Amino acid sequence: MAEKNNAKPNNKRGLTALLEQAQEKSKALKEKVIEEAKALKEPEKTQLFRSIFRVKHDEQPRNRALSVLTNVFFHLHPAKINRDAVRYSFTWGMGGLTFYLFLVLTFTGVLLMYYYHPTKAQAFRDILYLEHDVPFGKLLRNMHRWAAHLMIITVWLHMFRVFLTGSYKRPREFNWCIGVILMVLTLLLSFTGYLLPDDQLGFWAVTVGTNMARATPLLGHEGPFGAQLGMTPYNDVRFALLGGSIVDANALLRAYIWHCIAIPLLAAIFMGVHFWRVRKDGGISGPAPVTLESEVKEAKGPTPVIMRPSGMRE
Amino acid sequence: MDWHQLWEITSAPDNIPIVALLFLVPFYAWYGLRQALENDRLVAQLEKDPAMAKTHHRKTQPWKPGWSREVHVWPYLMRIEFLAALIVTFILMVWSITLNAPLEEPANPNLTMNPAKAPWYFLGLQEMLVYFDPWIAGVLMPTLIIIGLMVIPYIDTNPLGNGYYTFRQRPIAILSFCFGFLGLWVLMIIIGTFIRGPGWMWFWPGQTWDHNRLVFEVNRDLHEIWPFSAVIPQTSWLAKGLFGGAVVALYYLLAGLAVHKVFVLNEFTRKIYRRMGLVQYLTVQFFFVTMLGLPVKMLLRLLFRIKYVWVTPWFNI
Repeated sequence: MAEKNNAKPNNKRGLTALLEQAQEKSKALKEKVIEEAKALKEPEKTQLFRSIFRVKHDEQPRNRALSVLTNVFFHLHPAKINRDAVRYSFTWGMGGLTFYLFLVLTFTGVLLMYYYHPTKAQAFRDILYLEHDVPFGKLLRNMHRWAAHLMIITVWLHMFRVFLTGSYKRPREFNWCIGVILMVLTLLLSFTGYLLPDDQLGFWAVTVGTNMARATPLLGHEGPFGAQLGMTPYNDVRFALLGGSIVDANALLRAYIWHCIAIPLLAAIFMGVHFWRVRKDGGISGPAPVTLESEVKEAKGPTPVIMRPSGMRE
Repeated sequence: MDWHQLWEITSAPDNIPIVALLFLVPFYAWYGLRQALENDRLVAQLEKDPAMAKTHHRKTQPWKPGWSREVHVWPYLMRIEFLAALIVTFILMVWSITLNAPLEEPANPNLTMNPAKAPWYFLGLQEMLVYFDPWIAGVLMPTLIIIGLMVIPYIDTNPLGNGYYTFRQRPIAILSFCFGFLGLWVLMIIIGTFIRGPGWMWFWPGQTWDHNRLVFEVNRDLHEIWPFSAVIPQTSWLAKGLFGGAVVALYYLLAGLAVHKVFVLNEFTRKIYRRMGLVQYLTVQFFFVTMLGLPVKMLLRLLFRIKYVWVTPWFNI
């Protein structure tokens, strides 16, 4: 009996809600019809803004939300976020800036590619040409260089902030791992770009860097157990990286392809997953209300005592 | 004091990011820790007053009853993003107009640069080369850093401090990350930039980089030093290998004990420790002890001129 009594008002409420929804829908439909009729009557009144952005430009909450949700570039964002999540003191804005710098680097990088040949004969001359003859070429190269350095700093500070706010904790564990991979890719992007001017600085930096690969355990000819496994300077992992036993034409081409195609593609994929997970894991982690130490439960999981180091003495 | 030398290092275009790092990292460390201490005061207040903890005072940001919980992304977030992008674009423009990206002579394999430095963000690894063989400094350590960073979420059993700055609620986590990031990574980049000169020799800031300087350092292996040299047959690989292995094992044991002592330091850390499984515990121990191995080896080298601790025919540590 009690169940039945409870069920009835629920049903009623469900019905009224349905009714309301239907009414709203018919109202919206009516408005649309009226608008379309108007448009037919006044063909000279085009709606430029709406044709591009799909919603009216006004301050209705619905249109504000839609202007984010129905825009292919903005839809990474939710329509609404926690009011504190926009505070700079919490976010430092470093993740967003990293992404922005990636865009800047893609833009300037593509422009630079128009003027650059990854060959020993031309690479260095192309840089000189860029610096002295191409209009704004020097600015372009400078911006690409400094944005790359800045991006590394913003990545590190982003990681620092995420750690300090404990944002890698449940449920964001995996997104932290993706972030670590993205940081490594950022470093590799910068490193592969270092060789491209084909000057002394890049040449020796990459020589020093890839010389370490000689010493890879098992896979490098100077690494532990490398010689025993038949590694020589002509078949080890460094050879694979450089396309030769010294930093030369093949290394330049390989660095170019890694730098301009392979790593940016990889990074773009990981970035997509990174941003998607931020949304799926419930937006950014805070600023959350504090949890108190007195609220932490003692561990009582199914793990046997022997698997808990703390239980061994008991 | 050679100011010219110092200026030459500081003003080298590729060192500008490090000079920026010198200001940015301490600033943001202070910025985060200041909020952490503020939140810690709030937590202490709430722990004392459970009634208060049930209200909106748990929030770390200003809030008044009646304020909406959420705001529209357009315009409240997007205007910030737009402004940040504008500011950074402006900074980049000014930076690119005033300072030129470095371009040296064309690459010449016959003319070695001295010092030949890696890009600044890898200088930590290059500095590590002084203390370890390349397979550790250049391959093993970077791999361990990457894996170590990735396992952090899975070994940190402390549920507190998720989504707000705090220090007291996660002292071990914060201190060890700051030690690794500020104390090892950033510091070694600074050493690699400002201190290491020709021949990767140690020049204090303001000291002239003397390309003809010779250092008569004799670095010795641990087993060559008295009293070990008296006991260990210096020509026997087996004896040397066993001795070195025992020393490394002893280090892992002692450092592991020290790390354990930190885990059970007080009631709070013991609570977190009790939440740990065996695999988690051993992983934490391994990464902590290995990370500590770096400064230990640095001190052994810089203070006692010890080259290797463990010498075998295949690898040296």
